[in-house]
Amino acid sequence: MDDIILKTEAVGVTYQESIVALENVSLSVPAAKLTAILGPSGCGKTTLLKVIAGLIEPSTGIIKVRGKETIGPGPDRALVFQDFALLPWATVLQNVAFGLRAVGVPKKEREKTSLHYIKEVGLSGFEDKYPHQLSGGMRQRTGLARALTVNSDILLMDEPFSAVDEQMRRKLQEDLLELLKIENKTVIFVTHSIEEAVYLADQVVILSGRPGSVADIVYPEIDRLGDIDLIRRQPRYIELVDEIWGSLKSYVE
Amino acid sequence: MSVSQNVAVKAKVNGLFSPKVGMKPRLFFWRVISFFIVFSVWELAGRADISIAFPPFSEVAVAFVEMLFSGEFTAAYADSLPPLLTGLCITIIGGVIIGISIGLVRGAEWFIMPLLIIFQTAPVSALIPMLTYIYGISDTAKVVAIVILGMPLVALNSYKGIQATNPSLLEMSKSFLASRFATIAFVILPSAQKMIFAGLRLGVSGAFIGIVLAELLITPTGIGDLITYNRFIARYDKMFATIVSILAVAGLTLSVMRFFEDWLFPSEKNE
Repeated sequence: MDDIILKTEAVGVTYQESIVALENVSLSVPAAKLTAILGPSGCGKTTLLKVIAGLIEPSTGIIKVRGKETIGPGPDRALVFQDFALLPWATVLQNVAFGLRAVGVPKKEREKTSLHYIKEVGLSGFEDKYPHQLSGGMRQRTGLARALTVNSDILLMDEPFSAVDEQMRRKLQEDLLELLKIENKTVIFVTHSIEEAVYLADQVVILSGRPGSVADIVYPEIDRLGDIDLIRRQPRYIELVDEIWGSLKSYVE
Repeated sequence: MSVSQNVAVKAKVNGLFSPKVGMKPRLFFWRVISFFIVFSVWELAGRADISIAFPPFSEVAVAFVEMLFSGEFTAAYADSLPPLLTGLCITIIGGVIIGISIGLVRGAEWFIMPLLIIFQTAPVSALIPMLTYIYGISDTAKVVAIVILGMPLVALNSYKGIQATNPSLLEMSKSFLASRFATIAFVILPSAQKMIFAGLRLGVSGAFIGIVLAELLITPTGIGDLITYNRFIARYDKMFATIVSILAVAGLTLSVMRFFEDWLFPSEKNE
């Protein structure tokens, strides 16, 4: 069995004492793999990710990173936001360097690190641009670079490609797979797209409708070592998309 | 009369004077045209003999130059500027500090907000007799009038600016382990900057209204006295020249602030 880097144990979130968003969610996240959290809208996917990120305190249950219970955000986890969450008054370079600046890394050092990751996500030449001058795809690349610069082992991505158009989404997905071949990261990825989950993930956690709980866990075991263009043509890929839709259907509406 | 004058002060101050360093020639051209049209209409209206109390622009311009060199302006502004500057400093520094504090500290909001809202909505001219009663006919009364008119605007806008910080950015800052101090310095204050400066511009306009009101209603000194006196002796050209001088000084102050803002935050989004 793989090395487990992060675990949620019986996590539940209740808002205002009566609205149950998540119930008894236990899952294990293998290191250096991509785990997708998939579910119908309103099932608490994002809530679960924010609990893992330490931004929402769970009402019940605990989060363990490398076997140790954690409370609140930590340097082992970095978040990529659905709405990018870029500072509009700051350049790409300043935005990417934010995580380092926040913890007091000197300017020269944080810029060096940031420039490295700006290059890695394919934004070279845009260092001095402001977010409003960038396309949606480029903004999310900036958000991704910011998460990479703090060098966390775990990347948490909250529907990162949902705010960009279909073609850009495909490109970003491919680039993410390429990037993960270089960077040895564990990724937890929230999505509402079955295709995206099967295409990217090693483990797909399917949440039931509200209150969200783990309905099923699927291991795509798709060969991603070869040409990534071929992933969507593999019989296994098509089969899995159908299978997951079969089990999700009952929770939609 | 004084109220309509004050409205005019505010409108002009906000609209016509916001020059930029290196302003585009086209923009400059349109501003000149705009002044030209206003002054021409004024000139025509003045010559149409509507009222003896409304002289044409040319007479006012002559009176303006005359007063500039006769030392009348110098003497009046020597009286008005010290309390105005004191009041402006208190308005700006105090307003920003109060606004930011109530934006950041939960308890402070409940404590100070009602007071600010009362001052913002109350007809302050009605409070001025009370100021005379408390502070007598003095510079202190002028300073208090300025602060009462200007500071709530500065404080409320600073507070709103802080409150309007995008919650997603706050969450982002927290997730990247920024301390409260770092979040304030790198996220909240830059995000509130535009609103704070908008509040400062309104506050400065308020302060100018305050000084004129105080000098018209409390202490017949300085520029307020120049207006009142010239009205009494029916030198309407001089009265309007004084009002124009106030507009000019207020406009200049706002330009200096704009310059200061651009210098302090030279970012793209100011465009």
